[in-house]
Amino acid sequence: MAILDDLKDIIVDILDVQAQEITEESKLVEDLKADSLDIVEMLMQIEDKFGLQIPESTAEDFKTVKDVVDYLEKRLQEK
Amino acid sequence: MKRRRVVVTGLGVISPVGNDLSAFWDNLIRGKSGVRSIDKFDASQLSTRIAAQVLDFTPENYINRKDARRMDRSVQFACGAARMALEDANLTITDEIAERAGVWIGSGIGGLETMEDQHQNLLNKGPGSVSPFLIPMMISNMAAGQVSIMTGAQGPNGCTVTACATGTNSIGEAFRFIQRDDADIMITGGTEASVTPLGMAGFCAMKAMSTRNDDPAGASRPFDRERDGFVMGEGSGILVLEELEHALNRNARIYGELLGYGATADAYHIVQPEPSGDGAARALALALSDAGKRPEDIDYINAHGTSTEINDAMETMAIKRVWGDYASEVAVSSTKGVTGHMLGAAGAVEFMAAILACYHNLIPPTANYMIPDPACDLDYVPNQARPKLVRAAVSDSLGFGGHNAALVVSKYLG
Repeated sequence: MAILDDLKDIIVDILDVQAQEITEESKLVEDLKADSLDIVEMLMQIEDKFGLQIPESTAEDFKTVKDVVDYLEKRLQEK
Repeated sequence: MKRRRVVVTGLGVISPVGNDLSAFWDNLIRGKSGVRSIDKFDASQLSTRIAAQVLDFTPENYINRKDARRMDRSVQFACGAARMALEDANLTITDEIAERAGVWIGSGIGGLETMEDQHQNLLNKGPGSVSPFLIPMMISNMAAGQVSIMTGAQGPNGCTVTACATGTNSIGEAFRFIQRDDADIMITGGTEASVTPLGMAGFCAMKAMSTRNDDPAGASRPFDRERDGFVMGEGSGILVLEELEHALNRNARIYGELLGYGATADAYHIVQPEPSGDGAARALALALSDAGKRPEDIDYINAHGTSTEINDAMETMAIKRVWGDYASEVAVSSTKGVTGHMLGAAGAVEFMAAILACYHNLIPPTANYMIPDPACDLDYVPNQARPKLVRAAVSDSLGFGGHNAALVVSKYLG
């Protein structure tokens, strides 16, 4: 679950929430109170951290933490 | 038509000599300089390596961590000072008064540190690495925007940007909003955080700043013959202005009454003041006439007094032009000897000094005044605070671009 942990670190940093509040089911906007600029910043940090580019069209489909984790797992396997 | 009266009911300050009102006032009175060697970045390549920096500022004392991360340092200062000013005024912006409460806070330069950081990202890592918060953090109006978000004030909101006159013009405009019946409460002042590599390099290039690097505490010496330029400061001064009846109805403590505002332009040069002091004199005269005061009604002038050769001589001429025979009687001091030049925040903290002088009958001194200059021959209250009845006081500011502004405050006597 290294990906989830790394993602949690990024979310904690940007959204100022407690790590234990974050689950795979957490919704980025509704539960974690991310706004559009937070999400852009989060994606930038994810790209930095995992060394990949995330197309904007894909990013728009991220609703929950799990969506991001699944996407990252898939991309990292392709690598 | 009867003019609506405007009083000052709250003061908040983040400054190089203290991050609360009592420390700030105490150090002004003691003439204790906040100038020191720059330690927040490597200044070794600069001709001026000193500044009056805000120390021990913790944004989380005033704003939550997530909001603070999205604010430039200049905006964090404004939020901190605004929160203190509202507490000092014992005022909460409730739903009932929200639409009649406005915010007018300027910054001379805006979010310079944010811009520098993100420009570094652009150069080093490319456009995709520029933060989505660059623009909302950098723009000069964001202090006013963020303070409204923090307090819930939904009335008139914006900023006046007039370089070193920003604080004074902002307070003057806020005063007008209440006079015009557009608001009952205005949270107003100025903020600045430009002690950054680019900010310092820019002012160094102009040769506008003191190079007395081996004597930081003695570097800002307004009106002294040995003055050699201003010293950059940073911080924020925020005031709560209130319509008189509104303040009386809630038994607010009243520091003083804001009576007059004058604003003019030199229409002369981008950075040099018009040498006769005509533009500054007209702003001072307009403020007096707006206040219904004569020169002899004023007991204290908190001067712009930047510690540059030209400003201090020109401002002396401007005061003499307006005060005439009474010029030698009025006490004049520049508190920049203590605070350095806080640029867009300068006018706000200096108007506060004028208000407090009036409130406490105590005039803060001009620090570091040692050798008289024939071109500066007024009573500058050298080095020692002076207990004196202050019925009314004036504060003026002069900014690059040729902006001149002045405010008049008096004791509130009912």
